[in-house]
Amino acid sequence: MAERTRLRDLAPITVGIASLAAIAVVAELLLLAGVLNRYILPLPSDVLVALVRLVREEDILSRMGLTAFEVLTSGFLVILAGVPLGVLLYRFRLMRAALEDWLGALAAAPIVLAFPLFLVLFGRGPKTIIIISFVYGLAPVVLKTQEGLTATRRVHVNVGRSLNMTPAQMFWKILFPSALPTIFTGIRLSWTFCLVTVVAVEFLVNLGGLGHLINELAERYDMPGAYAAITFVILLSMGFFIVLERIQSWLQPER
Amino acid sequence: MSASAEPYLVIDNVLKRFGSGPEATVAVDHMSFDVKPGEFVSVIGPSGCGKSTLFNIIGGLLGDYEGEVRVGAERISGPHPSIGMVFQEESTFPWRSVIDNVAFPLELRGVPKAERHDRAHHFIDMVGLSGFAKHYPSQLSGGMKQRVSIARTLVSEPQILLMDEPFAALDEQTRLLLGDKILQIQQQLNQTTLLITHNLTEAVQLSDRIVVMTYRPGRLKRIVNIDLPRPRTSEVVGSDAFGHYVAEIWSDLREEASSGMMDAETTAARRNRPRG
Ligand SMILES: Nc1ncnc2c1ncn2[C@@H]1O[C@H](COP(=O)(O)OP(=O)(O)OP(=O)(O)O)[C@@H](O)[C@H]1O
Ligand SMILES: [Mg+2]
Repeated sequence: MAERTRLRDLAPITVGIASLAAIAVVAELLLLAGVLNRYILPLPSDVLVALVRLVREEDILSRMGLTAFEVLTSGFLVILAGVPLGVLLYRFRLMRAALEDWLGALAAAPIVLAFPLFLVLFGRGPKTIIIISFVYGLAPVVLKTQEGLTATRRVHVNVGRSLNMTPAQMFWKILFPSALPTIFTGIRLSWTFCLVTVVAVEFLVNLGGLGHLINELAERYDMPGAYAAITFVILLSMGFFIVLERIQSWLQPER
Repeated sequence: MSASAEPYLVIDNVLKRFGSGPEATVAVDHMSFDVKPGEFVSVIGPSGCGKSTLFNIIGGLLGDYEGEVRVGAERISGPHPSIGMVFQEESTFPWRSVIDNVAFPLELRGVPKAERHDRAHHFIDMVGLSGFAKHYPSQLSGGMKQRVSIARTLVSEPQILLMDEPFAALDEQTRLLLGDKILQIQQQLNQTTLLITHNLTEAVQLSDRIVVMTYRPGRLKRIVNIDLPRPRTSEVVGSDAFGHYVAEIWSDLREEASSGMMDAETTAARRNRPRG
């Protein structure tokens, strides 16, 4: 039974990789045939070669490490601050009325563009990147936490009331577990925002990490290298998603 | 045992209105009846007559009504500890396995894990779900989920058992067999039981008395005594006496049900009437 589960888990990944490979082959053929422009899209085979080169020459692992560190730090800060804020928003109607629209605006605003201000405030370093990323990633967790709690089924709350549960029990044993999948949706959204922000700011201010590398390679007109570096960003984001998925299914199996 | 703890349920002149002014609906209109210690009473009535409203009032989940509900001599204001409720809607917790769903009320009371799982297993077996303890609700059928919520309520061994159409999602065979189980448990624990239903067979099979409700506003139409011998099993369904009771209550219920249907039809007709 365990083996069957493994196979079932692996099937989507296999199909995903196979279709990616198929797309790469098609792109390669179209580029070779001259249908697609090689100055805009490099040959996938060149990108593959560049992947190896980046590992050898550009110290990609420590760059990935730095980017991952910045994303994880801001990502966990977002959870730490966002979930309680979402709970407060759910609990106090006045607070919700006062803050909900602002948070929506915050989620939509292109805060990345305010990076010069943050640089002045917090200096040129990972700290600034983490803070910008935190601000940018906060809203989805807050809003989704609030939404998840609000969507708790009434009959579940009634079961709790009929058992005379205390408010604390009601929160930890009914509201929170009921909202958890929605909260995780918020976390996934937030972490995507965080990753994009970290890489974008690294790119814009030429500061450490993968974003910086993409910028450098692009300035050198090393297109295969730039695409290879972007591939590492994608790998990183896949890594985050797998970790989040694991945590969620550990917390709530078979949900 | 103190007088207030006596499992004696009294519904005294209960009236519940939804909304106010001319728009107000009277969902329950001056209902009065009682359920004596150890007695099994069913409330039957057509869909929309106010049964769930009454259920929520007795369970202490719905305030702001007139009249009173008493357990023994005590007027209830909020959920009473000796009342256990089974809800009409599917109410299992999807994030808990069957065993942890059923053990939930014991967990709240701080019963150690081994003991609460032991007791939960007993009730899981009783509702015929042995072998499904580690499953999650998403892996069960609708009827199985409903049996999980029944077991979750029974595990606290409440003195007063309150059920709102608990068998509605079950097929007839399972319904009859589970009815037997409920009766068995009810007799064993000498539980005072109030069952809300719209199923005639079920009501006659299980009850000592049946409270028939009218359709809109929900009033008490009649109380029928069911003098079938106890202990009773689902085999009683084949007897002549059973058939007489069903026919008798059906003739009462028919008027109400058809006025309910007519109501629905006029509403639909009004909605579909061409304009101009
Ligand atoms: N919260 C509410 N607000 C307004 N009206 C309500 C509310 N709850 C119930 N009602 C009305 O009260 C009446 C009785 O509803 P109730 O749910 O008690 O019926 P029921 O007998 O349980 O029906 P069913 O057999 O279909 O479950 C209905 O007309 C319904 O529209
Ligand atoms: Mg109902």
